[in-house]
Amino acid sequence: MADPMRIRVAARDGVVNVKILMSHEMETGQRKDGAGKLVSAHYISKVTATHKGQTVLSAEWGPAVAKNPFLEFNFKGGQKGDKIAVTWEDNKGESRTDETTIN
Amino acid sequence: MKQSRRRALKAGGGAGVLALLCAAGVVSPGDVLAQSGNQAAFAMKTVREAMRALGAQAPAVSAAIQIKASEIAENGAVVPISIESKLPGTESITLLIEKNPNPLAASFTIPAGTEPNVSTRVKIGESSDVYALVKAEGKFYMAKKEIKITLGGCGG
Repeated sequence: MADPMRIRVAARDGVVNVKILMSHEMETGQRKDGAGKLVSAHYISKVTATHKGQTVLSAEWGPAVAKNPFLEFNFKGGQKGDKIAVTWEDNKGESRTDETTIN
Repeated sequence: MKQSRRRALKAGGGAGVLALLCAAGVVSPGDVLAQSGNQAAFAMKTVREAMRALGAQAPAVSAAIQIKASEIAENGAVVPISIESKLPGTESITLLIEKNPNPLAASFTIPAGTEPNVSTRVKIGESSDVYALVKAEGKFYMAKKEIKITLGGCGG
């Protein structure tokens, strides 16, 4: 099981700023290990952020996103105390969802 | 004379179609159906192919799209990039890195109510042009920026 995401969400003047830091190797599939064997690709391929069940951002990623991915965006219509949920899925079928409240 | 020229054209046209079929064959229709969204575009090897796979034939260059990143990145393994679109009705923002093995790096879908401004960090193998492709009101637009890398992101 992957480590939890760090999610910071702050509302200001009706705009909610979301900052997410995920814990993932983001292996490209191009790198060779010490024995010269290719390390198979392992990366987050899909990210979805929801607010009250509504998607506020969805993303599709390739292995070019940096290790331990960072993502920041803003959306309108959120209030303090509302819940934000973020889910990622990787190319090996693992996934993780974390939730936080707007403050 | 004319006949042979016509025949030559015909043969040429046929080869073109064949090439198209081959290009299409890189990703079989079954794969496209099995994979959701734009996964096929992620496998493309050039910016043009990737854009085409996303449905963007010839996106117009737009000054309303801004790529915010430092021009010289010391560490290609972690390059912060922000893309902001001022185009009304922005539906998606896609980031492509020309010289990466697969240029398509990330694609963001922007629902109504979300600001067309996303930030992330990517790996860039060597100094390269970076493209932001924006879909707004059903049309594609793009912007380009060169990022120089001192230390590659794909070493090891």
